Amino acid sequence: MTLLTALARVEAAAVGRAQRIRTVRHVHLSDRPLVLIPLQLAGEACAPLAAMVGDDPDKPRLLTVYEPRDRGKRFEFVADLAEVILAHLDGYIPANPAPGDAENGGSGGGASAGQVDPFPDAPQLIVPNPNAARYLRLLGRSARFRRVDGEYPVRPTVPLLGRWLTHYAERAEVPGSALMLPMTTALAEHWATGQSDLEDANLGALLGWIEPPPGQTGQQAARAAEDPLRCPPAGPATDPTFDNEVLQGRMQAIRDAATSGDAAAAHRAQAAMDAAVRDQLMPTWGLMWRGYALLAALPEAAHVAEHWSWDTRSFTDQVEWQRAGGAPQARRDNAVSAARRLASLERTAQRVAIHRAYDDPLVMAEYRLTGDAFAGTVIEADPTRQDTSGKKAKLRPWITVETSDEVLVEPDGPGLRSPARPAQEAAVIAVTAAAGRTRVLLELEKGMGRSLTPSPGSVPAVGEEVTYTTLKDEFQPSPGFPSREQTPWTHGGPPREYVPADDDAWESS
Amino acid sequence: MSIAEAAERARRATDQILADLATAEQGVVVDSPPGAGKSTLVVSAAAELARNGARVMLVGQTNEQVDDLIDRLAVDNPDTPIGRLSAGAYIPAERVARHQNVTARSGVADLVDHPLVIATAAKWAMLKEQDNPWPWAIIDEAYQMRSDSLLRIARLFDKALFVGDPGQLDPFSTVETERWLGLNWDPMSSAVAVLLTNNSHIPTRTLPVSWRLPASAATVVSAAFYPFTGFTSATEADDRRMRWNTRAFHPTDVDRALETAAETGWGLYELGHRHTLPTDADAVGACAELAARLLQRGAVTVSELSPEPRPVTADRIAIGVTRTVQTAAVKRALRELGVTDVVVDTANRLQGREFDVTIMLHPLSGRRDATAFHLEAGRLCVLASRHRHACIVVARAGIPELLDAHPSAEPVHLGVPVKFPDGWEAHQAFMAHLGQHRVCAA
Repeated sequence: MTLLTALARVEAAAVGRAQRIRTVRHVHLSDRPLVLIPLQLAGEACAPLAAMVGDDPDKPRLLTVYEPRDRGKRFEFVADLAEVILAHLDGYIPANPAPGDAENGGSGGGASAGQVDPFPDAPQLIVPNPNAARYLRLLGRSARFRRVDGEYPVRPTVPLLGRWLTHYAERAEVPGSALMLPMTTALAEHWATGQSDLEDANLGALLGWIEPPPGQTGQQAARAAEDPLRCPPAGPATDPTFDNEVLQGRMQAIRDAATSGDAAAAHRAQAAMDAAVRDQLMPTWGLMWRGYALLAALPEAAHVAEHWSWDTRSFTDQVEWQRAGGAPQARRDNAVSAARRLASLERTAQRVAIHRAYDDPLVMAEYRLTGDAFAGTVIEADPTRQDTSGKKAKLRPWITVETSDEVLVEPDGPGLRSPARPAQEAAVIAVTAAAGRTRVLLELEKGMGRSLTPSPGSVPAVGEEVTYTTLKDEFQPSPGFPSREQTPWTHGGPPREYVPADDDAWESS
Repeated sequence: MSIAEAAERARRATDQILADLATAEQGVVVDSPPGAGKSTLVVSAAAELARNGARVMLVGQTNEQVDDLIDRLAVDNPDTPIGRLSAGAYIPAERVARHQNVTARSGVADLVDHPLVIATAAKWAMLKEQDNPWPWAIIDEAYQMRSDSLLRIARLFDKALFVGDPGQLDPFSTVETERWLGLNWDPMSSAVAVLLTNNSHIPTRTLPVSWRLPASAATVVSAAFYPFTGFTSATEADDRRMRWNTRAFHPTDVDRALETAAETGWGLYELGHRHTLPTDADAVGACAELAARLLQRGAVTVSELSPEPRPVTADRIAIGVTRTVQTAAVKRALRELGVTDVVVDTANRLQGREFDVTIMLHPLSGRRDATAFHLEAGRLCVLASRHRHACIVVARAGIPELLDAHPSAEPVHLGVPVKFPDGWEAHQAFMAHLGQHRVCAA
């Protein structure tokens, strides 16, 4: 936890209400997200019990597994869920690739990723918490290797949904991705509460802090949310008391009806179980849309569109891969794909962190505290200064910034950037202390037009508030890795060709 | 053990390793405790392989390490042409430029008649595929190299000698994921770990004596951080001494801490218990004050290298910290005291370096909790094993209690070997020893 977040938490505890720690929203929100709340049966890694799903707050769709211990029933449930989710996904996939695209990228057999233009938008999935995302990853894993023929066949939509859930769960690990958004993570990123991170993972308690009911403090609202009768857990685990006192009885009734063959009784028992599960899910359904509204009310940060374009790209590539008949995602990464993925994750994490600091003064404030940035006022400016040491005179304006921040940059150190003028480079010429404040003399380069007079507004004027930072989002060539067939002996040599097997569907993680 | 005996033991170990190289099918791993002559081994192995007609690629992890190694190689092999592969903008450091037999180029094609070519792993990784792989590679600081980095350069060589210190900091990543835990090629683990998991037949040798650490430190560091292999100091207690040119007038707590350290090799300068920010002004100030006072009083050392007393100059003192913000704060405090040239850096950047005296700001000083980051054995080991004469630790009181309250609770994963030594255990062992050298600041 950073210093400013710690301070915000103390403040939140003192005033009884969560504090904003971001000025803008750093995650993409779709106009029509698909909200999905999965519930699992206690005691098994991946037995689905129910799910509430939909893109309209007024029309939640409830899917229940009446006998979660029956594997056949589980995959019937997955097929039902696939119907809802795949229909939503289809709405974002253009019916047919444009004729030109097929020519360009068709022959590569799925390796054409990156050649087809990305779709205009991608479907967003919102789940209550990171555990729900992890659970969906497991469900995807158990579904994507299932066969539509042979022993225990499933409907063709089951492996397809498995691939999509896997894709969404893998994207959820990527910094800045919002394809599958856990609500508690998104909220906690923007508000600091007076409780621990662990407690923040309780959606009801978190929203209690952010938006306590009239007359209540955040503490009171959060405590009320801990009562599983008033605020059932947001899943995927269910309340044990509910399991013992309600669920067990309803499931027994369903089994009894099945044994006796009484169709009317079976129907009644199923309706009773639906009602019980709906009672567990409806409060969370309401909270999810409240959280959505809270986030939607924040203005979107400047770089969010770019981050979302990475998600759209990944969605497009996955569609293209499936159209080209590509295999389901392998159970494990091989040496090369693991190293590639790590390099890309690290690069993305770095870029997203820099983007967020550029977009949001409250994030930049963290870097000002660690000495990676300083903010101050321009007190002197020589916008037409020229460097005449070379053959040709070059425009190199000097500005002096006075700041009360602690300045750790030094002359001849790394160059600086300003979020207001990201294309411009600033070199530190001198750092002097002056009556408890620090003056930094900077030499500017680039982003001022081609002539020897800077274009208007390109050099900060005297009196302007500016921020300079060592954070830079610069182009870095992606590192080269050997091909899979060239995996060296140090890493076990080339792996065997991956062929999906039935064993891959095992539900252990 | 006398110095001659120590030299004999070290020589036998080196001979064994050179013999292994001659018969190795794929490679050899050499574990080297702090100051055990790792660079000497690299230099003699490179010379030996080159003598037998093999071209050798040498791999360092940072440009600093590469330049240090070039200096060592060039001094010992003044007639062997040495190639330095580098980025186009590289300007040879003074210690590289002064050697006539070193050529710096940005492409390997310009270095074909150089039997020894050296570069960072990142630079090697950028080389294009070539027809003839190098017969031998020597990979320095291999425990600090991440396995994905090895993956990128392994196509370049047939056989390799991996040299490194297993007790130092593991490589790290800026992203947290459990995705690859337990895989034989986890890209986040060290190059040596992945190499040995996939090639268990590769022999691992250990260098037995530390030339750097004094007898007072070798026993402590060996027991806390190298509990299974162990090592001894090449010198005995009397071989290394530290004295003062002046006597303190009205000795302060700082003086007492310095004198304890000069006498015993260790000092714990303990401030009152308190929870603080990483840039704890008192602790930072104490680090700077200790360094300043040491210089003021004129410390001199006598060692096996020089029976004549040698002054401890500012560049022979290091202040080791955990975080970059602390580096900046300590540097500022030193400036205010008018002290220049004392080296201040984080543990990561002090790896592989050597000083007469180190002052360490304890990673757990003033903390409310002990996280895996702060408990990491490698971090403490680096900070506690850079000195030839004395190490002074600055810490807030209450670290043993903090450790007791935070036993390590890291999850255990299938297929991931349990890492020894455990950071929590190493911290306890280290603090138990330091407690005997405590000076409480008023």
